[in-house]
Amino acid sequence: MSIELGFVRGLRFAAIIAATLTLGACASQSDNAGDGAGGLGGAGAATPGSQQDFVVNVGDRIFFTSDSSDVNAEARATLDRQAGWLAKYPRYAVTIEGHADERGTREYNIALGARRAAATRDYLIARGVPSTRLKTISYGKERPVAVCDAESCWNQNRRAVTVLGGAN
Amino acid sequence: MIAMPQSALSGAAADRATRGGTFGRRTAAVLLAVATACAGLGLGLVPAAAQLRITVTPGAAFQPMPIAVPTFAGDPNLGAQVAQIVAADLKASGYFTVLDPASYLEKSVGAGVTPNFANWRGINAQALVAGSVTQTGGQIQAQVRVWDVFGGTQIVGSQFSASPENVRRIAHIVADAAYSSLTGFKGFFDTRVVYVDETGPKTNRVKRLAIMDWDGANVRYLTRGQELVLTPRFSPTSQQIAYMAYGAGDPKVFILNVASGARQLVGDFPNMTFSPRFSPDGGRLLFSMQKEGNANIFAMELGGRGVTQLTQGAAIDTSPSFSPDGSQIVFESDRGGTQQLYVMDRGGGAAKRISFGSGRYATPVWSPDPDNPFIAFTKQDTDGNFKIGVMKPDGTGERIISDSFHNEGPTWAPNGRYVMFFREEGGNSALWLADVTGHVLTPIRTPGGASDPAWSPLLK
Repeated sequence: MSIELGFVRGLRFAAIIAATLTLGACASQSDNAGDGAGGLGGAGAATPGSQQDFVVNVGDRIFFTSDSSDVNAEARATLDRQAGWLAKYPRYAVTIEGHADERGTREYNIALGARRAAATRDYLIARGVPSTRLKTISYGKERPVAVCDAESCWNQNRRAVTVLGGAN
Repeated sequence: MIAMPQSALSGAAADRATRGGTFGRRTAAVLLAVATACAGLGLGLVPAAAQLRITVTPGAAFQPMPIAVPTFAGDPNLGAQVAQIVAADLKASGYFTVLDPASYLEKSVGAGVTPNFANWRGINAQALVAGSVTQTGGQIQAQVRVWDVFGGTQIVGSQFSASPENVRRIAHIVADAAYSSLTGFKGFFDTRVVYVDETGPKTNRVKRLAIMDWDGANVRYLTRGQELVLTPRFSPTSQQIAYMAYGAGDPKVFILNVASGARQLVGDFPNMTFSPRFSPDGGRLLFSMQKEGNANIFAMELGGRGVTQLTQGAAIDTSPSFSPDGSQIVFESDRGGTQQLYVMDRGGGAAKRISFGSGRYATPVWSPDPDNPFIAFTKQDTDGNFKIGVMKPDGTGERIISDSFHNEGPTWAPNGRYVMFFREEGGNSALWLADVTGHVLTPIRTPGGASDPAWSPLLK
């Protein structure tokens, strides 16, 4: 039973993140439109040290090029912010989820997602995050965030997401 | 509980005895023998010297054989049901077209009747698959006779019995007898397929293990969908399924007993395990285990639990599959930079790359037929499509048998003539069937989305 609950909880949290990101995107668009909706997801709304703070102000995910687990410059900048934030808020343990896009076979993508999660983990360790705070899991191509038959979706799905957990 | 084959309803005893013996071996364990009741019916029939047989070769022009499958005589309801299933099986095999029953001049040809061949020649039926089915004393008895219409001879005659709840199985067994007699290949209709049922949006898809008859009937769900489940594989020797499941902690390989519902974790490993596959004797399980960024292949003795690491090094080695004699293993690896197929001995050691075409190669599966060695695979071609193909174990003779946007994950029918796989279109997955020649491509209907099919051995 606890197995099932744990998985459901993980999904729910993923849904919260997705909703937050959507609001953030709306906010940046509506800033230009000036309709005031930006207040919903603005950076100022996040309590420092909260999960929302991490997702919105630090960035919880990095992206990869096709069939690669190389942590590129943009990803390194995100992970540097993550490492700094995690040093500031040591109460969080994290699980790094590795994901692949749908343009790969199932088993290989499971291993590729694990490889991306491991590369992310290694980088955070090199930036001073204790390895005891870090777990990894691969979802392969099983949990895309963007769905379409085009690179514009696939590049959002090739990702490693740093998911905050409870006290370590 | 179910059926048994008796053959030799007419002459050509040696030939028939061989065929009956084949059936007998695979069904004897559970099937109850019934005395042959109509031996006299074959008198006067001349065994076909040049037997009617369809040949299916790659590349050449191919025309399915037109056949007639009239309602079986005897019990009207059972007779119609059995004929419908037999006709559907033979049509789905791709090697036959079943002529429209509305064109039949005789609506039914019982097993005790020699057909009026002129009636069937008139509609150009090359073969007639006819028979009787009756229910007496809590048993269904089916008799089938396959006739060479233009030769005027009986090709095969068999009878089977089963308990009433197994009427679909007895129809599949009848279809196997007809298919086998007209193609020379072993049957494959009396089988099941385990697969992953898919519901819900792609971003949060619910996946359940499901098992069905090969033709999509009798779907039963083996898990409830709380856990993500992937890549089920049938044991070639038992009603066991190995698969990957996401529970607490790392996802792992489990083995599920289909009959009892009991499941067990495979081994006690520190990391994620995935991509399981049984050995041909059912005694060992191959799988991949992840460590950091690399995946290596391991073999586990299911009895003694001994574990052997078969590949080493910094690469993704996965999708292992034994040759039918158990002496070799094909797998995919990106050790050379991209996914390609390699073959190694069963104990590991040096591996030889066998795939050298364009693009990448993945998910190799060795055909269970030792007489027609093939490896089926998924090819990520340079045109962007994911294709299903077959090649010989030395890498020669590559042939693409399904080509569209996304085809993946082949599994062999136990006769080594067909692969089932899944196709994705518009975010939805469905099962398809292709034969090794590339002449046959047939959708397999399932109630919901479906992926990761794995074929059972012939049922016992």
